[in-house]
Amino acid sequence: MVAETISPIPSAVRVPIKFYPIALDRVRYVGEPIAVVIAEDRYVAEDALELISVDYEALPATADPEAAMADNATLLHEDVGSNVVHHRTFQYGDPDGAFERADRVVKLDWRYPRYASTPMETYGMVANFEKQPDRYTIWSNFQGPFILHALMTGALGVPGNRLRLITSPHSGGSFGIKQAMFPYMVLLAACSRLLGCPVKWIEDRLEHLTASSTGADRADGVEAAFSKDGELLALKFNNIVNVGAFVRAPEPASVYRMHSASNGCYRVRDIAVENRLVVTNTTPIGLNRGYGGPQFYYALERVMDAGAKALAIDPAEIRRRNFIQPEQFPYKAPAGATYDSGNYETGLKKALDLAAYDALKEAREEARAEGKLFGIGMAAGIEPSGSNMAYVTLAQTPEERAKAGGRSGGLGTATVSVDPSGSVTVKTVSTPAGQGHQTVAAQVVADALGLRPDQIDVITEVDTLTSAWSLASGNYANRFSAVVIGAIANAAEKVATKIKLIAAENLEVAPEDIELVGGNAQVVGVPEKALPVRRLAAQTHWHPAGLPEQMEPGLFETTIMNPEMLDAPDDQDRVASAVTFGYVFDLAAVEIHKDTGKIEVVKYVSVHDVGNVLNEIVVEGQIYGGFAHGIAGALLEEFVYDAGANPQAGTFADYLCITAPEIPDLTIGHFNTPSPHNTLGAKGMGDGSSMLAPTAIANAAADALDTFDVNLPLTLNKNWSAANGRPYERAGAAKAKVGDGPREEGAVEGGLKGEGTVELSASPIEVWELLLDPDTLAAVVPGCEELTQLSDDSFSAEVKIGVAGIKGVYSARIDLRDKIEGESVRLVGKASGGLGFGQGEGVVELEHISENRTRLSYSYSANVGGKVAAVGQRMLGTVTKLLIGQFFRGFDKRLRNVNGNSRRVSIGAILKRLFQGRY
Amino acid sequence: MLRIKPDQKQRVTLTVNGKLVSGYAQPRLLLTDFLRHEMGMYGTHVGCEHGVCGACTIIIDDVATRSCLRYAVQCDGLELRTVEGLAEPDGKLNTLQKAFNENGALQCGFCTAGILMSATKFLQDNPKPDRDEIKEMLSGHICRCTGYEQIVRAIFQASGQ
Ligand code: FES
Ligand code: FES
Repeated sequence: MVAETISPIPSAVRVPIKFYPIALDRVRYVGEPIAVVIAEDRYVAEDALELISVDYEALPATADPEAAMADNATLLHEDVGSNVVHHRTFQYGDPDGAFERADRVVKLDWRYPRYASTPMETYGMVANFEKQPDRYTIWSNFQGPFILHALMTGALGVPGNRLRLITSPHSGGSFGIKQAMFPYMVLLAACSRLLGCPVKWIEDRLEHLTASSTGADRADGVEAAFSKDGELLALKFNNIVNVGAFVRAPEPASVYRMHSASNGCYRVRDIAVENRLVVTNTTPIGLNRGYGGPQFYYALERVMDAGAKALAIDPAEIRRRNFIQPEQFPYKAPAGATYDSGNYETGLKKALDLAAYDALKEAREEARAEGKLFGIGMAAGIEPSGSNMAYVTLAQTPEERAKAGGRSGGLGTATVSVDPSGSVTVKTVSTPAGQGHQTVAAQVVADALGLRPDQIDVITEVDTLTSAWSLASGNYANRFSAVVIGAIANAAEKVATKIKLIAAENLEVAPEDIELVGGNAQVVGVPEKALPVRRLAAQTHWHPAGLPEQMEPGLFETTIMNPEMLDAPDDQDRVASAVTFGYVFDLAAVEIHKDTGKIEVVKYVSVHDVGNVLNEIVVEGQIYGGFAHGIAGALLEEFVYDAGANPQAGTFADYLCITAPEIPDLTIGHFNTPSPHNTLGAKGMGDGSSMLAPTAIANAAADALDTFDVNLPLTLNKNWSAANGRPYERAGAAKAKVGDGPREEGAVEGGLKGEGTVELSASPIEVWELLLDPDTLAAVVPGCEELTQLSDDSFSAEVKIGVAGIKGVYSARIDLRDKIEGESVRLVGKASGGLGFGQGEGVVELEHISENRTRLSYSYSANVGGKVAAVGQRMLGTVTKLLIGQFFRGFDKRLRNVNGNSRRVSIGAILKRLFQGRY
Repeated sequence: MLRIKPDQKQRVTLTVNGKLVSGYAQPRLLLTDFLRHEMGMYGTHVGCEHGVCGACTIIIDDVATRSCLRYAVQCDGLELRTVEGLAEPDGKLNTLQKAFNENGALQCGFCTAGILMSATKFLQDNPKPDRDEIKEMLSGHICRCTGYEQIVRAIFQASGQ
């Protein structure tokens, strides 16, 4: 019904994928909305949720992009004809020729994990539909409006002014993730229209971790051609992006954000890029801190280390030899980016100094002499900021672009106004999520007007009906210091100019002789000849007739600026993708402990060029924050899916957000080159080490382990396997078959396994009988609503169970196999319900201890799927143990009560307990 | 023991930041929801509702506690301290809050209320902690913005060392 109110939401990839914010007919990933429950309060809504039961016809599913690319893979979108929904190749210069000339070619491929910045505040929104005129209003903590407003109005079938988005002045973190809430906003808007009342949704953490957005996992490869003295001659990137079940805008942008700067910090000009976007049964990906950067640098900066090793050149030295030189700025990159400024070599030297690089290398030799695994890794990168929206259109061929009409730009807007009482307000369309925009904006405007920052009010909420905004407006791609702050400075300058003109006339001097300081407009160097800024400003309202000739009354100055370099892509697929290019150089030293697999980051240095620093604490906070995200991606965080595409990390107990003690000490250095691309010389920043730390750490680990075959995150298990030459197997792996996916027989990641023993107060034969007795089982199985014996050896049951707040009724079927009366039985079962399904098997063995004592041992392995699987092994495991314990307590009590009575038996229940118990 | 039916509302009386307050709660109402939606005290934040992130931390009877893991009815008669009780009555920030402000220890501020409450209790028990002890205490909290460093500094500064 909802879907009838909504049209599919398009993306820049022109393929017949119908992306609705709610599943129609087919569910493509766990977490995809299938029903909306609206109630008076959340508790009631959750009750109602339990009443929904869904009959699924299972289709094969996979979370693995390579499996999805296989010939026989099940198509997610039949109409597309392939799971590869986007494929483009690019060539700059003559990469093939350069590879032929090369003395050395180095090649790497790897899997980049899926992780996300998981803001602490989840999505929240209220949608309301009003009639006459028909208008949707949505209050939310959205990070847009960006181009997404246009997509939303398209989906809702209304003109832009009939969708009013009001975003809160503050947001509890976003890191890009809150761009992805727009399909939910459309869905809620449609619900409000259908119900005729406002509706509200606050996403919970499980919803967030399974169904919001993540960074991209990829199956990439890279080749680099070097001359024998280490000159980087050419690069070939082969990118395979797991985009999730749908291409949700602004995807495929993640793989194009770095594209026009594919040379990184280097002079290399011959570059080939092949991009493929693959749909899999996973949550759609989207913006995440560093957006495309971590994956890109993982290719470039790992292959630089590999090249260094192959040529026996120091990794710092090989980078130095290839850096763009200071005098080459502004530097036109082969794929179209124009780097504004930089001095990469000096930045590198600074990092080496801070790290005491030579001493560190000696420490490595000493450690190795003692048999320790010690490694040093580094990574250099540029940080593009203030995006050109048009870079996304690289997903289209030049011909397609020409047909679609030009796209370019990254408008920044700001309004500075002074009201009749003389107080100053700044309005920006850049909802901050903790990046200190207000602080910086107030400071900039205060400086321009000669006031104190606390006299300036900065309004950051966005209202698409009343704010000055444009397609690029929003808080993303480090836009604030790259673009928005320039617009603010510009608007403030306009106000200052007006005030100076009025002051000049009043004080009878030339406007150039007026300066604004300490709240006054005064004649330069003559503080006695001064008028308060407030009074002059007020005059524009109170006495417009008395203003200098040709001056417009009022002080309400709006600047809309488009950084001039942001043009449309040319027919060679070159585009200036961003306004400013910061620089980051990271260096890490790690030790991997052989006996535990622990990876210890013994040193981490990060040097930044952020242009002119607007506010030190804000800049420092962004650097530490970005570093934490990068380290987390390197060491801990991953959205794991099992072989049946069931997400395994639906709580913070399984999605391991990095905490304070896990973050290594960080030494920060600065080497700033002011940007000529904005008034204040500032560069965007904030991604910083989130882009480089994964690579620097991986390089260090590779150095320690003496292999290039390392994969993130570097968990204890992985490191230990690598350090001890053992094959790596993910913890908790169990063999099970969920669906008929291409990897059906593979080890199932995240399966449940367990075993235990209990002592029971009866003889084995009594236990046996009671165990197989349907009545007993119905009574002692926690949550058992109904239990039926289908035949001697099979049972069916309805069980109501809640795991971590996900409650539901499950139907189970259990078969008994290999029965040896009074001794052992094998149970095979499966269960399914609205919120999940599972299957598994177990063995129960009884052993005589004494006359009235029996030891019962059980072991099981199971695999669960669906939403409930997302609560993760940790919780499922705990709940399983809890339920088993509860079962045996009840069972033992019953045994004592009925001792002596002969009973029929049913192990089914144990199984039920053992298996469905946790679904 | 008092038995309450699932949908029966129960009167809950608490001392919050020294003031006696009361409201009605079904047995299943979480303390966080009671504070936020019944009492209108939005200072206590909710980041996960499963006891991991620490955003909801408040002090209950002198113990730093995850309020998302408590039912409101369990807290009847208890004494609560929440972030709203930290500043002076005239709104002046206390030493710890000021230190957070000066050190950039909050960016989005979502995790801050819980961290302030844990840190309050922590400094009460351990007035002169070293950096590692502070980090250890912070391990019960998730902050996605700051990378923790500036929080560590703020708490260290607040301890007056
Ligand atoms: S909300 Fe209570 S610990 Fe996360
Ligand atoms: S300041 Fe944003 S989560 Fe801590």
